[in-house]
Amino acid sequence: MKTILLDGLPLPFADGQTIMEAATEAGIFIPHLCHHPEFKPQGSCKLCTVKANGRYVSACTLPAKDGMEVENNSPDLNDKRRTLLQMLFVEGNHFCPSCEKSGNCMLQALAYELEMLTPHFEQFYPDRPVDASHPEVLLDFNRCILCELCVRASRDVDGKNVFALSGRGIRKHLIVNAESGRLADTDFSLADKAAQVCPVGVILQKRKGFAIPIGRRRYDVEPIAMQVECAPSRTSGEQES
Amino acid sequence: MQSAPFELETAAAGVPGLRRVAIDPVSRVEGHGKVTLLLDEHDRVQQVRLHIVEFRGFEKFIQGRPYWEVPVMVQRLCGICPVSHHLAAAKALDHVVGVDRLTASAEKLRRLMHYGQILQSHALHFFHLASPDLLFGFASDAGRRNIVGIAAAYPEVAKQGVLLRRFGQEVIRLTAGKRVHGTGAIPGGVNRAVSRAERDVLLGDIYQIVAWSRQAVHLVKRLHAADPALYDGFGTFRSNLLSLVGADGKLDFYDGRLRARDADGRLLVDEFPVRDYQELISEEVKAWSYMKFPFLTALGPQEGWYKVGPLARVQNCDSIATPLAEAERREFIDYGQGTLIHAPLAYHWARMIELLHTAETIKDLLHDDDLSTGELVHSGKRHHSGVGVIEAPRGTLIHHYRVDDDDLVTMCNLIVSTTHNNQPMNEAIRRVARRYLDGRQLSEGLLNHVEVAIRAFDPCLSCATHALGRMPLQIELLDAAGQVIDRLSSPA
Repeated sequence: MKTILLDGLPLPFADGQTIMEAATEAGIFIPHLCHHPEFKPQGSCKLCTVKANGRYVSACTLPAKDGMEVENNSPDLNDKRRTLLQMLFVEGNHFCPSCEKSGNCMLQALAYELEMLTPHFEQFYPDRPVDASHPEVLLDFNRCILCELCVRASRDVDGKNVFALSGRGIRKHLIVNAESGRLADTDFSLADKAAQVCPVGVILQKRKGFAIPIGRRRYDVEPIAMQVECAPSRTSGEQES
Repeated sequence: MQSAPFELETAAAGVPGLRRVAIDPVSRVEGHGKVTLLLDEHDRVQQVRLHIVEFRGFEKFIQGRPYWEVPVMVQRLCGICPVSHHLAAAKALDHVVGVDRLTASAEKLRRLMHYGQILQSHALHFFHLASPDLLFGFASDAGRRNIVGIAAAYPEVAKQGVLLRRFGQEVIRLTAGKRVHGTGAIPGGVNRAVSRAERDVLLGDIYQIVAWSRQAVHLVKRLHAADPALYDGFGTFRSNLLSLVGADGKLDFYDGRLRARDADGRLLVDEFPVRDYQELISEEVKAWSYMKFPFLTALGPQEGWYKVGPLARVQNCDSIATPLAEAERREFIDYGQGTLIHAPLAYHWARMIELLHTAETIKDLLHDDDLSTGELVHSGKRHHSGVGVIEAPRGTLIHHYRVDDDDLVTMCNLIVSTTHNNQPMNEAIRRVARRYLDGRQLSEGLLNHVEVAIRAFDPCLSCATHALGRMPLQIELLDAAGQVIDRLSSPA
């Protein structure tokens, strides 16, 4: 059987599996944000960066190879991941204390997991008005981390192409596929897969807010590193949806 | 003790020929406070200006946010009484989601949360922040005048204060999910019940809590009895009173209608519905302060200002529903010999009567099975605005929101307890400064006395909190030309 060596532990894998898939099947956590087991990987967030045979690579996109030595849970990699998280936090407006996604948010859960204690970098404080036009769903762009999960879900599962990223570099941002730019003017529905996959607090069912109390939210129940077998849309804690 | 009613020397701005004394606290977590004393040519305190950065823009940046986020966001206004903001916002938004009456379980759970909050906040206010002044004396060694000093000299008092607060915070944790800044109240109800087992844990302690609360009232009474001249006269001024009053005129911190009395105790307003608060209260803006000056519109800014908080509530209500606190209320009222008690230091006495009432109420609530079963949330026909009024530890708290068709907040108006007490605090400081400022010399004694006066109303100001072993104040004495002629800083 072909195996990789993940932090010294031999893990079997099937042909075509990525490092991330091999690790997940073995119940080993590799931090990630844009990866979702139900979608084709895109390797944009770089949180899953590991060292494979001495090179920094994305675990979610690199196919495993027999005998590959992979470093995952090391101070060096976790330092880099923490820095990536800090950059994500300052680039948007992530105010966990009043965010209804708190406790259900992957970004927050990873920040706890990787012991991010400060933002470190200067806050950008971007001005991003929310889109509350849709009767059932609120879009709070302040928290977008550009993972494109909603883009992929709407395009590949819902067949609607409601979301896309626009702009380049620091001006890259999430847009809605309507001439008005408003979600209400698309065929988006709360039942769409795209409404269920946001790992942070951008796509929110309206009027739910804090209905689930502290202590019963997904990452209150177990830290993110203990939930490797769950896809983000299948939860062990209660969630709004 | 009596003063000419309602003379407002603090109202004017830009009076020529006055020297200025500025007491400028170093900025701390809760904001920045500063006291300026304006002297006339005879070095007599003519005016007082208490400058406070009060709510830090919440009214503005809540605009454009979804309404269901508001109770959790606005509670960040305060780390001592966040539950009050949390609940006032939730009460306002109950109306937005069409709920005029909560389920019995939801109302009792919110009430339990709120009474737990008042218990912990009153314990903090009295034991941790005010008792060092009262037990050691206003001018005693600042290094000792704090809760650590109390623990050394009066270990039983300190222990009771700490454990009373701890109990209140535990009540909050079980109803809101966290001791500070939880999420229990949501528009239309609450998101959690309190289990039978959790109630049993609290019931195991509540009888001790009631007993300690009773001892706290007795402690304050002994302090008054030991030096009645000081306790009755320190910073004393007359004013109107305002508070919520519950059904049948009973003391109620969670809900009710507004009642105001004049300085002699005559009813000015009664049974006033809170949703119409804007018809009752106006706010005056002054160029020298970030904090507005509310007043009863019918009486105008000169005569319409009022006290809120324990001293107002305990004298505004007709009775208290719990027996031990009611007995203490009667004794308190009797102390006034038929007139209202206006002494700022009597706030602490009234505060401890309220502490006892919260302990008794929590005891009664914990026996109620509605806390553990029943519907928690209701909804009804949507409205576009809501007003929520609650009695926060330091006084009446008003939250008012308007929400658009897309569920976003378009307007927010908050009148917090400290704002209601703005003019009273200015007035108390002026009385104290007149009594204790010695010519052109600034002294630590003066600072201490000004702090004690502020702290009777409110411990949340930077300038009113005790730093351990250090007074966080800086004072400058300026002449009429703006030149610094004296400066006093606390040692680092």
